[in-house]
Amino acid sequence: MLKSAIVTSSGTVASEGNPAASKTSTSLGSIGLVFLCTLSGAAAQILMKHGANHITGAGLIGILTNLPLLSGYCVYGVNTLLMVLALRRGHLSVLYPIIALTFVWVTILSPRFFPQDHLNPFKIAGVALIVSGVSLIGLGSRE
Amino acid sequence: MTTPVSSMALVLGASFIGSFGMVTLKSGADRLAPGILPVFLSWRIAAGVALFLLSSVLFVAGLKNGNLTVLYPLVALGYVWTLFWSRLFFHEPFNRSKLLGLALILVGVIFIGLGNR
Repeated sequence: MLKSAIVTSSGTVASEGNPAASKTSTSLGSIGLVFLCTLSGAAAQILMKHGANHITGAGLIGILTNLPLLSGYCVYGVNTLLMVLALRRGHLSVLYPIIALTFVWVTILSPRFFPQDHLNPFKIAGVALIVSGVSLIGLGSRE
Repeated sequence: MTTPVSSMALVLGASFIGSFGMVTLKSGADRLAPGILPVFLSWRIAAGVALFLLSSVLFVAGLKNGNLTVLYPLVALGYVWTLFWSRLFFHEPFNRSKLLGLALILVGVIFIGLGNR
C-alpha cells in the first residue's frame, strides 16, 4: 500500500511537476506572498495614520479628499487579494501568524515617519519575539 | 490611563470577527478556479472582506480610548482564534512549532503594547 502510494505520488509529480504541493501543506510561494502582504500592510497602516493626522474638511469629504488615507485603503485591497492567492496553496494556521510581521515593520518604521514615536527596549524585545515566533512556524511547516 | 470595558469588548469582538473573516476567505480561496478574476466573483471572499471591514471599524473604535498595554494582547488573541478555527474547520494539524511560535508572537505583541504606553 505504501509502495503504491509512492508510485502514485511520484506519478503525480512527474505529470504535474509540483512535488511541493503534494508533499508539504504550504508552498514557499504562499509564504512569500504573505510576507509581501506584511510589507504592504505596514505601508497601508503608515499611509492611513499619516492621512488621519492631516484630515482637512469635515466628515466624509475630509476622508474622500485625503490622498494618503485613500491610498492606504487601496493598498489594503491589494493586500487582501495577495492573501487570497496565498491561501489557495497553504494552511491558514501557517500563513495567518506570518501577518504578525506587520507589527514588526510598523514598529521599526514608525519613528522614521512620526517623530513622536520612539523605539524602546520593550518594542525591540517584542519585535525579536515576533520574528522568532514567525520563523519557528515557517520552518515547522517545511518539515 | 484606565481602559474602558467598552474598548476591551470592541477590540475582543473585532479580533473574533476578523478571525471569521480569515476563515471565510480561506474557504473561498479553497474553492477558486485558477486565475485572478474568480477572486472578485466569489461570494465567500466578498463576505470575508465585509467581515474584515466590520472588524477594522470595531478595532478603530476600540483602540481610540484606553491603554494599549491592555488592548494589544486582545488584538493578538485573533491569532489564537484563527489557530482553533483552522483546526476545527480545515482539519489542519497542530504541531509543537505552531504552538510555540504562536506563544512567542503573543508575548511579542504584549511587549510592543508595553512599549507603546
